[in-house]
Amino acid sequence: MRFRQRFYLGEVLIGLGITAAHFFANLGRHTARHVFRSKRARGAVTFQYPEERRPYSPRLRSLHRLVRREDGSPRCVACMMCETVCPAHCIYIVAAEHPNPEIEKYPERFDIDLGKCVFCGYCVEACPEDAIRMDTGILEFSSYSRRGMIYAKETLLALEPAGPDGNPRSPIPIPADRVPSP
Amino acid sequence: MSATLTDLGIAFGRVAFVMLFVLNMGGLLTWVERKQSAVMQDRIGANRASIFGLRLFGLFHPLADAIKMLTKEDFLPARADRSLFTLAPLVSLVCALVAFAAIPFGDVLRVGAREVPLQAVTLNAGILYVFAMLSLGVYGVMMAGWASANNYALLGGQRAAALMISAEVAIGASIMGVAMVYGSLDMMEIIRGQGRPLFGWLAWIPAWGIVTQPLAFILFLTAGIAATKRIPFDLPEGESEIIGYFVEYSGMKFGMFMMADFVETVVIAGMTTALFLGGWQVPYLAADGFSFPWGATAPLAHLTVVTLQVLAFCLKVSLMCWFLMLVRWTLPRFRYDQAMRLGWLGLFPLSILNVAVTGLVLLAWRAP
Repeated sequence: MRFRQRFYLGEVLIGLGITAAHFFANLGRHTARHVFRSKRARGAVTFQYPEERRPYSPRLRSLHRLVRREDGSPRCVACMMCETVCPAHCIYIVAAEHPNPEIEKYPERFDIDLGKCVFCGYCVEACPEDAIRMDTGILEFSSYSRRGMIYAKETLLALEPAGPDGNPRSPIPIPADRVPSP
Repeated sequence: MSATLTDLGIAFGRVAFVMLFVLNMGGLLTWVERKQSAVMQDRIGANRASIFGLRLFGLFHPLADAIKMLTKEDFLPARADRSLFTLAPLVSLVCALVAFAAIPFGDVLRVGAREVPLQAVTLNAGILYVFAMLSLGVYGVMMAGWASANNYALLGGQRAAALMISAEVAIGASIMGVAMVYGSLDMMEIIRGQGRPLFGWLAWIPAWGIVTQPLAFILFLTAGIAATKRIPFDLPEGESEIIGYFVEYSGMKFGMFMMADFVETVVIAGMTTALFLGGWQVPYLAADGFSFPWGATAPLAHLTVVTLQVLAFCLKVSLMCWFLMLVRWTLPRFRYDQAMRLGWLGLFPLSILNVAVTGLVLLAWRAP
């Protein structure tokens, strides 16, 4: 410590000056926001989460969705690439014969156990048909049971990609067993 | 008969004002602590508690806290000393609460033929009383540490005792300078003395304690912050290592310890105001109205003057509370040995030096 610092007082006053400057600057911004209805003044760098979401990056890996064909059926051809590459073994596919002879197979079942998923994104990279993506922007999936963390084909097919601001456009899928708080 | 009743009523009113002021300030400080720290740190702060959708910037959070603490389990450790364990938070809180009684919040109020000093109790050694009550508060903390039958609590209690002693010595010694300058231990007299102008060409400055005793002001404030046991001197609590003397407390008993800390903050703010910031004095306001040093006067009614004085006192105490909060949310904690060194090798010798220098100056002043 330098001689000046050994007395604390000067350094303490400098520190108090910094925090007091933050206090008054932010207080002014809060006043502008609440009293003068200024839209631009933000007295805080934080987000009021449930009401206000921070913009997500477009690269964010969020809840999976299955891409649809024009007729609404899954684009997936049940090639098992994603199931094979998945390091967490969280994808379970049951393949079935597709009625259209030009398409070989389709997934009769396509379950993702989100309780196991590590969100590595390998399934998206491995897919030769661009049939699975992780761009819904949905991060709030929770359940009171392990069973509820397993998302089935129908749920995943219904999801929409996130909007341009990264926020989800489709409602957050709520598992059937996720009862409202007890 | 009716005269006695009126006296009783007046006494009750004086006590009630101080009590309500201190308790409300203490409760409000829990909100101020959250909001001020948030604004200082570019955050929003607690704002979720609402009544019928009305949030009022989180003003309901103290209420929600109180309800939460009252409905929580009142836990008693198996080997704890039941009576001491229950008594400790009471001692802590009551000593902090009654300390404010000797601090005047206004000059004498004349109602008809009566003269009511605006102070909960009129004491001719008010300073010593506040000082004594603040020191007694440490008994609650030590009792809590001892009665909990928990080594961490005991360690916290011992740390609290060591810290309080090193802080109280410095507080007492730094107050001595003020008492010497104004020649009294009565807080009312000290505040009246602070209304007088300074000497010579500085006569436009009122002789507040911060002007006549600047070193004592700094020493008193530092030791006072230490006496409140809050950051940067929260080593009795040490929340990141030992939790401290109230580690076994839950529910409202813990709430009382927390409340005692906030009330002590208000008391230190009140004492600083009374001793160094002119108490209820408004600059240039005499008993009959304003009289400015450049000759202008503005006569005011007695009641207006008293109201202004009480408002000035409340404002000064609030500002001091704000400043103490600023300190609390700016500085990191002192290590135990650093706090001891600061108290015994820094504050105490300096306050003794302050007393000696003040004595010499006063002697030279009054000699001719």
